[in-house]
Amino acid sequence: MPKDTGIGASSKRREDVRFLTGNGRYTDDINIYGQTYVHFLRSDVAHGRITSIDTSAAESMPGVVRVFTGKDFEGIGGLPCGWLVTDKHGQPMKEPAHPVLAQGKVRHVGDPIAAVVAESLAEARDAAEAIMVDIEELPAVVDMKKALESGASKVHDDLADNLCFDWGFVEENREAVDNAIANSAHVTTLELVNNRLVANPMEPRVAVGEYNRSDDMSTLHTTSQNPHVIRLLMGAFVLGIPEHKLRVVAPDVGGGFGTKIFHYAEEAFCTFASRQVQRPVKWTSTRSEAFMSDAQGRDHVTKIELGLDADNNFTALRCLTYANMGAYLSTFASCTPTWLHGTLLAGNYKTPLIYTNVKAVFTNTVPVDAYRGAGRPEATFQIERVIDKAARELGVDPIKLRRQNFITEFPYATPVAVEYDTGDYVATMDKLEEIADIAGFAARRAESEKNGKLRGLGVNCYIEACGIAPSKLVGQLGARAGLYDAATVRVNATGSISVMVGAHSHGQGHETAFPQVVAEMLGIPEDQIDIVHGDTSKIPFGMGTYGSRSLAVCGSAMVRATEKIINKAKKIAAHLMEASEADIELKNGQFTVAGTDKSVAWGDVTLAAYVPHNYPLEDIEPGLEETAFYDPSNFTYPSGAYCCELELDPETGKVTIERFSAADDFGNIINPMIVSGQVHGGIAQGIGQALLENCAYDPETGQLLSASYMDYAMPRADDVPFYAVDHSCQTPCTHNPLGVKGCGEAGAIGSPPAVINAVLDALNSGGHKVEHINMPATPSRVWAAMQG
Amino acid sequence: MYAFEVERPTSIADAVAALGREDAQALGGGQTLIPTLKQRLASPSVLVSLTGIAEMQGIRTDDAGLLCIGGGSRHGVVAKEVAANYPGLAGLAAHIGDPAVRNRGTIGGSLANNDPSACYPAAALASKATIVTNTREIAADDFFQGMFTTALEEGEIITEVKFPVPQASCYIKFEQPASRFALVGVFVAKFADGVRVAVTGASNNGVFRWTEAEAALASNFSPSALEGLSASADDMIADLHGSAAYRAHLVGVLTKRAVAAAK
Amino acid sequence: MAKVAMKVNGKSVSREVEGRTLLVQFLREDLRLTGTHVGCDTSQCGACLVHVNGEAVKSCTMFAAEADGAEVTTIEAMANDDGSLNTVQQAFQDYHGLQCGFCTPGMVMSATALLKDNPKPSEREIREYLQGNICRCTGYHNIIKAIMAASGQDVASVAAE
Repeated sequence: MPKDTGIGASSKRREDVRFLTGNGRYTDDINIYGQTYVHFLRSDVAHGRITSIDTSAAESMPGVVRVFTGKDFEGIGGLPCGWLVTDKHGQPMKEPAHPVLAQGKVRHVGDPIAAVVAESLAEARDAAEAIMVDIEELPAVVDMKKALESGASKVHDDLADNLCFDWGFVEENREAVDNAIANSAHVTTLELVNNRLVANPMEPRVAVGEYNRSDDMSTLHTTSQNPHVIRLLMGAFVLGIPEHKLRVVAPDVGGGFGTKIFHYAEEAFCTFASRQVQRPVKWTSTRSEAFMSDAQGRDHVTKIELGLDADNNFTALRCLTYANMGAYLSTFASCTPTWLHGTLLAGNYKTPLIYTNVKAVFTNTVPVDAYRGAGRPEATFQIERVIDKAARELGVDPIKLRRQNFITEFPYATPVAVEYDTGDYVATMDKLEEIADIAGFAARRAESEKNGKLRGLGVNCYIEACGIAPSKLVGQLGARAGLYDAATVRVNATGSISVMVGAHSHGQGHETAFPQVVAEMLGIPEDQIDIVHGDTSKIPFGMGTYGSRSLAVCGSAMVRATEKIINKAKKIAAHLMEASEADIELKNGQFTVAGTDKSVAWGDVTLAAYVPHNYPLEDIEPGLEETAFYDPSNFTYPSGAYCCELELDPETGKVTIERFSAADDFGNIINPMIVSGQVHGGIAQGIGQALLENCAYDPETGQLLSASYMDYAMPRADDVPFYAVDHSCQTPCTHNPLGVKGCGEAGAIGSPPAVINAVLDALNSGGHKVEHINMPATPSRVWAAMQG
Repeated sequence: MYAFEVERPTSIADAVAALGREDAQALGGGQTLIPTLKQRLASPSVLVSLTGIAEMQGIRTDDAGLLCIGGGSRHGVVAKEVAANYPGLAGLAAHIGDPAVRNRGTIGGSLANNDPSACYPAAALASKATIVTNTREIAADDFFQGMFTTALEEGEIITEVKFPVPQASCYIKFEQPASRFALVGVFVAKFADGVRVAVTGASNNGVFRWTEAEAALASNFSPSALEGLSASADDMIADLHGSAAYRAHLVGVLTKRAVAAAK
Repeated sequence: MAKVAMKVNGKSVSREVEGRTLLVQFLREDLRLTGTHVGCDTSQCGACLVHVNGEAVKSCTMFAAEADGAEVTTIEAMANDDGSLNTVQQAFQDYHGLQCGFCTPGMVMSATALLKDNPKPSEREIREYLQGNICRCTGYHNIIKAIMAASGQDVASVAAE
């Protein structure tokens, strides 16, 4: 019997009411009296030296308040990178300056050169056209391998070359891996591209900077997944504003998917400029601007080799990846292809030896950073594609090959530095075979073939590391921040509760799911509990929402704080009932004394805390408010098995997904409805990556070719099927109080290899000996592959 | 957008007069023009909206049996109103853009713009339509003059389009995955005196007639008549979404399918 | 500047606007009806979808001047008179047809227009109709279910949770 409240209930989302009635409050809905508007003049060339900027004509245009250029930011900090990667020689990564406005050079199309602050947006834009900029165009580097050739044009003049770092992991294993590969009975080799994507949350980024002279307070309203991180980075590294004079507010945010984690130039600009012009400054990105200023995702070029013994057991895995950083290091750019990628290369398999080499490369393209899954989709795609290729080469069933090599005993220490606490990969595969009706595939294929279509089935597994992250561990790995989270549970006098959480909800439903946990713990109705988030002035601290961490980390902090509340409330209840604290039980919102019929209600206790007339003031303080910080002891390891079944039109190369099934193990689940929704959305993004989405640059000029929805194919309703998702296989996380693992990224991680494996299955079933096809498998690419 | 005025004349005469102003430009449904203006790729001083002109609305059959569609007719209206009379054309109109686009975009606007990936030019060319303007009538064969180029003079307005109704017809669009415009679209129209095949989306020269296919289909209106026939990839568009060879290949595939589905 | 007058959500309004003022700007900036959103600049995402004279229109691709004399309906007017969610809105909540909420007003307006023309649309018809509404969060699964449910169809039989 499904529950109707508390943990495990599919409670309807309370936030929906405001979104469904047009009462959401997104950043662009904020207008402050006296506000000005900024328009950024952006580079239209990928690489060039700025020889002169003349703003005089622009300054005299109607409505112009002030024109800013790089000169105004001399002496002001650049945008920092939050993770220091040390390369295989023990050297730190190269960290070139990342100015708010270009200083001397432009390094990608869209790089901001100047900014006009004016009374209206139209006036700002008009004036920006009057800025005279001379740029001496330089050769653009776009292709990563070419960027590393000697004599290549340098993105950053002060660096020796375009190599940001050359990372080896685990470096001590390198020779052993080489030997194992050399001595394997069979080696499957695959070269592939993990295509560059644009995250494209439907709400474009917005920033409104505001400054109050009376108390020297700056406020930034911004479309962020982590307002405290922005306050920390912008305050401490860029503008030099102490935390108590800087408030960052991220109200309703229309999706993030990673790209709203990072600290952006426009945020720093609006905060800075509002102090300069002493008026609020607002920037609203257009979608076209988003394509050239939001950090992009993926963009790996990889060679992977899988060794197998004569019995088809995996012996070793060796990978070489070129990872595109773009023109500058975005906030978490360096950890995505390294620690979020290399540590997951064991996948779900007991491969004993693994080595990866990652070369991070600067190019004249928009910066690349974490996008839904961040490193883990890249790892999963490599592993699951090379296994499928091996199965085809060896003539074995791809599911059987996977099952044979599954990790089956937990905890399991991988050869890539992490320890999986729990999992049951056999169970999720069994469940997948059931919900995908794999047994019935042959009949469905025959039916498709009767209609002149090819039909393919592709399966893959995935593992991810979520709940980011143990601070001590990530500190050793180069993180420049702790990755704990925090929550304050404020119980009001009449018993209602506000929970201030460091996680940020931008679609994940925290306002509904988090109260379910507290309601369960206290036995009071969910509607007595509200979540407060997204404002540094209201919440104690928080590292925000990304990496499927909200419940596992911030939820754990909330549990800890609630436990403190319960402990204190029990003391009060014991006093009120003149009983021993040890005998007090809390159930269904009632405190009782074990073995008696004495009870006091939740509200009686909370009232006593705030009206302490009859209260043990000598032992405890009045009030009922507790804060907890929670730092996880390990990552969590959600896993699962996915299946894509599709039809391929051999005449046009067009692929139509007929069925998509996902069996996930997320550990315990708070709200199944929300979890399913997260998986659906992730799958659609994975299908998008596999079949539709491609952020492409002209290889010579560095011009963005997919610069709008006219050329960047977003998945639409008719591109995807209904999905069959299941999360009944549950191996709870062993080290957080809720036993949760996180579900936000799984869909995007688990789906691309299934789709591509299915495309190749369809092609090969039709006699087309195609070994690999790069994403997105567009009709034209599929057709070209069929031509041989 | 740069600043401009919007005028909303209610008669063709007033619209023509308004278009006589310096840097005036006609505004149909605006579904292509407005995004263009947002990019500041055009700077008219005045936009003359043609959507409020009653005499450019309405769909009728004239004495000669031609289906006459007012130049200001929106795609959604055409899709509904010609479904019985000219299903091939209705099917085309029903799949332009999305429902909201079809509630604004007009046939006159689409033809005047002559986007190389637009659908309507294929219908007009394959149907031997006549483009009626405020000053003259132009045969479709003379109207389309290459990508974004037509026979229209400055200030000339498409007031009506006259379609001979074929015995059988079909339009099949293979969508570019992002824009959903035609990567290739083929309109096949079978008349008593021959077959016409018009192709959009494929060529650097805009909509064109595939005359080899027309000749082959004239004597045998069936997909088998096209066996062994292939469109030339010369002058085909090559971009992110498909090579010239792929587009040429699709022309053949879609033509066969359109013939098979024509009714 | 020119004067435009229209009925928005049943209320007569008139303002002086520039020729280039888009209907969506007029709604958001002049009337402060911020429920209608802007998600792109190429008329594809549908976050700005409203009804003009009862028809679905992308308010980012229509000038305010063109709506002179029209009746415009936005998401703010969709709830029942007592403030409760209407059938379509309620189905979106019941079936979790929204996550971040940004595309949602356009989705609701689009779904409403669809159901007016086609009271019992099939899954395929809904998916095709929504070509002009992009959602990045839901993968569309629950949006389709919500619309089918709002039209009184049994969704349990067509799609899993």
